[in-house]
Amino acid sequence: MLILECPYCGVHAEETELHGGGEAHLTRHGPESSDQDFEGYLFQRENPRGVHFERWRHVHGCGKWFHAARCTATLEVFGTYSAQTSEPPQHIRDRISAKRPGWSWRELA
Amino acid sequence: MSTRLATGGRLTDRTKQMKFRFNGQQMRGVEGDTLASALLANGQLMMGRSFKYHRPRGPVASGSEEPNALVNLGQGARFEPNQRATTTELFDGLVAASQNHWPSLQFDVGAINTHLSRFLPAGFYYKMFIHPRPLWKHVYEPFIRRSAGLGAAPDAETVDADTYEHFYTFTDVLVLGGGVAGLQAALTAARSGAQVLLLEQNAHWGGRTPVDGGEIDGKPAEQWIKDTVQALEAMGNVTLRSRTMGAGVYDHGYVLGYERLTDHAPETPGPRHRLWRIRAQQIVTATGAIERPLSFAGNDVPGVLLASAIRDYVVNYGVSIGDRTVVVTNNDDAYRTAICLHGHGLNVPVIIDARMQGGGALMAQAEALGIRVLKGKAIAKVKGTRKVTAVEICDQAGEGAVLETIPCDAVAMSGGWSPVVHLWSHCGGKLSWDEGNAFFRPDLSRAPTSHDGAPFVIPAGSANGYIQLKDTLADATTAGSSAATAAGHQPKVGTLPQVAPREEAAMLPVWLMPQGANVKLRSKAWLDFQNDVKVSDIQLAAQEGYESVEHAKRYTTLGMATDQGKLSNINGLATLSAALGEAIPSVGTTTFRPPYTPISMGSIAGQARGDIFQPVRETPLHGWHEAHGVHWEPVGQWRRPYSFVQQDETVEQSVNREVKAARDSLGLLDASTLGKIVVKGPDAGKFLDMLYTNMMSTLPVGKCRYGLMCNENGFLMDDGVVARMSDDTWLCHTTTGGAERIHAHMEEWLQTEWWDWQVYCANVTEQYAQIAVVGPNARKLLEKLGGMDVSRETLPFMQWAAGTLGGFPVRIFRISFSGELSYEIAVPASQGLALWERLHAEGAEWNATPYGTEALHILRAEKGFIMIGDETDGTVIPQDLGLGWAISKKKADYIGKRAQARSHMTDPTRWQLVGLETVDGSVLPDGALAVASGTNANGQRHTQGRVTSTYHSPTLNRGIAMGLVLNGPDRMGEVLEFTKLDGTTIPTKIVNAVFLDPEGEKQNV
Ligand SMILES: [Zn+2]
Repeated sequence: MLILECPYCGVHAEETELHGGGEAHLTRHGPESSDQDFEGYLFQRENPRGVHFERWRHVHGCGKWFHAARCTATLEVFGTYSAQTSEPPQHIRDRISAKRPGWSWRELA
Repeated sequence: MSTRLATGGRLTDRTKQMKFRFNGQQMRGVEGDTLASALLANGQLMMGRSFKYHRPRGPVASGSEEPNALVNLGQGARFEPNQRATTTELFDGLVAASQNHWPSLQFDVGAINTHLSRFLPAGFYYKMFIHPRPLWKHVYEPFIRRSAGLGAAPDAETVDADTYEHFYTFTDVLVLGGGVAGLQAALTAARSGAQVLLLEQNAHWGGRTPVDGGEIDGKPAEQWIKDTVQALEAMGNVTLRSRTMGAGVYDHGYVLGYERLTDHAPETPGPRHRLWRIRAQQIVTATGAIERPLSFAGNDVPGVLLASAIRDYVVNYGVSIGDRTVVVTNNDDAYRTAICLHGHGLNVPVIIDARMQGGGALMAQAEALGIRVLKGKAIAKVKGTRKVTAVEICDQAGEGAVLETIPCDAVAMSGGWSPVVHLWSHCGGKLSWDEGNAFFRPDLSRAPTSHDGAPFVIPAGSANGYIQLKDTLADATTAGSSAATAAGHQPKVGTLPQVAPREEAAMLPVWLMPQGANVKLRSKAWLDFQNDVKVSDIQLAAQEGYESVEHAKRYTTLGMATDQGKLSNINGLATLSAALGEAIPSVGTTTFRPPYTPISMGSIAGQARGDIFQPVRETPLHGWHEAHGVHWEPVGQWRRPYSFVQQDETVEQSVNREVKAARDSLGLLDASTLGKIVVKGPDAGKFLDMLYTNMMSTLPVGKCRYGLMCNENGFLMDDGVVARMSDDTWLCHTTTGGAERIHAHMEEWLQTEWWDWQVYCANVTEQYAQIAVVGPNARKLLEKLGGMDVSRETLPFMQWAAGTLGGFPVRIFRISFSGELSYEIAVPASQGLALWERLHAEGAEWNATPYGTEALHILRAEKGFIMIGDETDGTVIPQDLGLGWAISKKKADYIGKRAQARSHMTDPTRWQLVGLETVDGSVLPDGALAVASGTNANGQRHTQGRVTSTYHSPTLNRGIAMGLVLNGPDRMGEVLEFTKLDGTTIPTKIVNAVFLDPEGEKQNV
């Protein structure tokens, strides 16, 4: 029963208020994409033990989607941030670096 | 024989007698008794039979770790199986019955299993029941079903007579366990000003310290407990709750508390159990320790109990297990039992200490009382079946050669203590092996961590491995102080409770007694009492290659009973590691999972039962339907009329009448449950072009268009009519029950992919009642109401208009899901019922007939219209359903387009939608498969299609169906065989799915 702070309404929302939306920062591949790119977009997901970026929706609250950066092993939450971004903002990455030096996730580090 | 002593019982009040019944027999207890202590006081030592071998069993413990004394409790609507007699507080009129035996507790046919035990080794079920296969159905499965489960299952037709509730609370510091450690930790934390909540699973504070004795701050422990509870009660920032167990610790400081409010007094009004949903900044687990049994032959005979339990029964309830109690131990603590029994005038023939040097000060005290102590000795075997009659003594170092037989009627055993680390472990706290004490204790360097990465669980006292009273209190003080600090408070410097140190000799790990016990003895040395797992079973599992503790557990069922291995865990683990020749810590423990002890299903459900289990969504016409013979059909959370059954009519006749009314004259349908989502904004058209497979941006204002919506996997997920309301506004109709899902789908894409598009969407489903006026006389009815021009010319098929109809502000959509002339009228929800009644009144001259979902389904099936959830199942793409006409070829992109180009989606052998007609006119079974020649690897016939919708058509007076068939559209007229449930097949012809009016002339008038 995680608690995540919704960056839109500021509520410290319990997991029952939230809907998990899986891995964050996927790039959509459309009609002209290669089979390999499309397969990666539709099916291939990170499954890290450690730093992870996820999508969540404050479904029983303000209804907004947002992003969360957290550790899947320790349940530490490094921060939540807007859904309207294609990569984690610098202050979130800095916070992770301070706690988990040498972390990496997909092409991020 | 067990009995009530002349005096004693600190928790009981002998002036208050209580009557209860066990196996139909009237018995007496006193206030403060548990069911177990009351049964013992009545001489009822045997309380049940074990699971596998049906061996006679009495209690082995006095608390929640009890594996044997489980009973069927209560009757009728209050019946519950598997209730622990040791934690069931006695009340006047209690009714209990023992379990797992037939015909009676004394004489049990299933006990034959104990003589067959060498044919029922570990993994027996896996080995035995695999072959031969045909025996499964008639021999093995009935046998397993009959022997599965201990207690009786409650009657399925009975409704629990009690009520339950959920409570939420928040606290700075949550202390789990109200023994001396919990009290001291709570007091220390509370003095810092932190908000403290203290939970204790039993009715009494202080844990087992009052039984063990000792002085704290110069006063008897019991007095200190009383004073401390009083001090806590007086503090405004402290809440104490007894009879409330910390059931589980979860992520980010979430804890479930399980409060038993009226179990001890069932006539009290109010809920029976309360489930506390707690968020705590810091959690102190002061959950104590549990004594371990010793593994010797016959350690399960009624009368063999944990040494601490025998002491508890004497001190707490004034009940003795027997007159002569042999004590057997590998540590000093069990001497307390001997001294206690002696002090109550009971005989202790001998204390058998496995240690060559024996114990410390407590041994000296026992010897000074004249109790005989044997060192380096062991029990070779306990004699007796239904109760202990004697023990055979041997050398611990040997193989079990009997030196002496000592008659007795009870055995008090102690294999040392294990900290209760369950709650520490629930959310990831790790353990380390303490060699000196031979137990796992919390590894403070690997604590469960919270959202901030900092630990949020702090173990305290004996739960943290500090067994001695002085150490327990010192550790609890530290824990309380650390918790307060971590929760942001400043702990006050206080004084430690003063306890005189007690010298105790080191314990000796003893995992088998005697250490060289032969196989005959080992196969009578129990580890898991409830599931009947013996030392020999674990050794066999290791021998057969089950080296992982998790595998050995599942293979032997060790620790898988309702007690979850509270007693057996460490002994089983040690036995496994010895068999593997590995150190205990390298074998590791199994996972501790919540709840700590079973909690009632009622408490989990809380208030969510009956009418509010899942609230029903009602349309504005719901009450009218109820008053007009409705048969309901649940559709998602909605209730929709299935049919309106008139007097002297079967449901089938009613459905046929409704279909004919709509086809021949005038039908009225409550379509309010259809989803209605407004999509508005400068980019709304562009957005809908991505959402639907066809083009919505080009739809002229005032027109309607049927649209398909797919997910990114390409599969069809919803359909419905879209109407363009204005230049920048569209109204999207979704399926019943689909509105929330589709609205969420829109929001997801808008917020997370195309967040720069200016689009706003709102789900307005419940703002409108919607009524379909259907049939050849539909227009006449609307014209009679007046106010709007609904002629073919002004309002043709697939257009909509707003206006005032018969005085009602409406939108009229000229759309049809029946193939008939049809108008769907949307009206503000508050005026829905008035319009509906008006339509009925004015439509009476055309026999206006309300119809339900079954008629709706038949009407659409006769026209070959698909239904989401019938023709689709999450694996079907629009192309499979002949809906290629609704997929834009011009659009560069829409959600699902790329996926529909994948090789599997373009495979020409995908099954395609066709109509189906049985040759004999009968109705095909739903889901029937079309068989093809040959069989697959499992010997099943190959298939080439399946039925997706099937009905009796009253219009055509024959069975009609739709289905997906291999190359179906190219095989018109071909006859296939479809399966029936009885194994035979029905010849069925492939036909056009539009059974009626293929040109659409009826809806276009
Ligand atoms: Zn929010």
